[in-house]
Amino acid sequence: MIRVTRKVEFSAAHFYHNPNLSAEENRRIFGKCNNPHGHGHNYVLEVTVAGEPDPTTGMVLDLTELKALLQREVSDRMDHRHLNYEVPELSGQIPTCENIAAAIWKLLEPKIARGKLDRVRVYESPDLFADCTAGSNGDRA
Amino acid sequence: MSRGLKISLTRRYRFAASHRLHSPRLSEQENWRLYGKCSNPRGHGHNYVLEVTVGGPVDPETGMVANLAELDPFVEREVIEAFDQRNINEEVPAFEKCVPTTENVCREIYRRLQSFPAARVERVRIAETSNNSFEYSG
Repeated sequence: MIRVTRKVEFSAAHFYHNPNLSAEENRRIFGKCNNPHGHGHNYVLEVTVAGEPDPTTGMVLDLTELKALLQREVSDRMDHRHLNYEVPELSGQIPTCENIAAAIWKLLEPKIARGKLDRVRVYESPDLFADCTAGSNGDRA
Repeated sequence: MSRGLKISLTRRYRFAASHRLHSPRLSEQENWRLYGKCSNPRGHGHNYVLEVTVGGPVDPETGMVANLAELDPFVEREVIEAFDQRNINEEVPAFEKCVPTTENVCREIYRRLQSFPAARVERVRIAETSNNSFEYSG
C-alpha cells in the first residue's frame, strides 16, 4: 500500500467560546483564545490517501482531482472565513484543530474516488497539529 | 459527535542539551568503533525537537483532546526543566547507567509523561537533528 499526501493552506479566523459556560469559566479554560473579537491562523492541511497504484497510470489517485476536491470542500468553505460563523460543518462546535480535522475528514471521506482517506492532519501553527484517522472499534472522538 | 474517528493532538517543544554516547560495558576501543565522535569524552550537544502526541475523546465542552494550558506546563515541568540546557549523562538520573541515545531519551520522556492526567500520551517523537528522528509509542 502507498500513502499519498497533499498539502493545502488556508487562513481563517476563530475564537473559543462555549455558550453553556459562564464568561469567567470561558476565560479560565480558553485564556486569550476566548477573545470575542477573534484571532486567526495560517492553517496547513495535510490529506493522506492510501491505496494501491493503478497498474495503468501508476497513481493511487489523480492528484489533480484531489487538488480540485480540496479546493471545493475545504478552501472554498474555510479560506478567509470566520470558522465560528461561516462554516456550517463547525456549527455548535468549538473550532479547535481537533474539531476542524474531524469536520474535514467527514467532508472528504465519502468523496475520495480512488484509494481510502487515511489521515487528515491540521496544523494550527508549526508547533501544534491534530490528526484524524479512521480509528479502530471502540475509539471515539 | 465524531463517533468512530480517532483524534490526536501533537504539540512540539524544544530543548537543548549535551550528551556523550559511551557504554561502560564496552572497552574504550569498542566505544570509539561503535559511537565514533559521539563518544568524545567532553560531550557534544543538540537542539532537540520533541513532539508529544496525546489521544483520547474530544471533550465536547472544550472541543479539545487536551487543553494546552494543562499540557504545556506539565511537559515544561516533567521534561523541559529536567533536560533543557543540561548534560543528559550527568544531570538526568535515568542516564546514570544508561546510554543517552535519542532512542533511550524517547523512552525516558515517554515514561515521564505517562502521568499526564488529562489525556493519554500516545507517542513521543524526538528529532535530534533535522536529519535524525526517533519515535516511541510504548
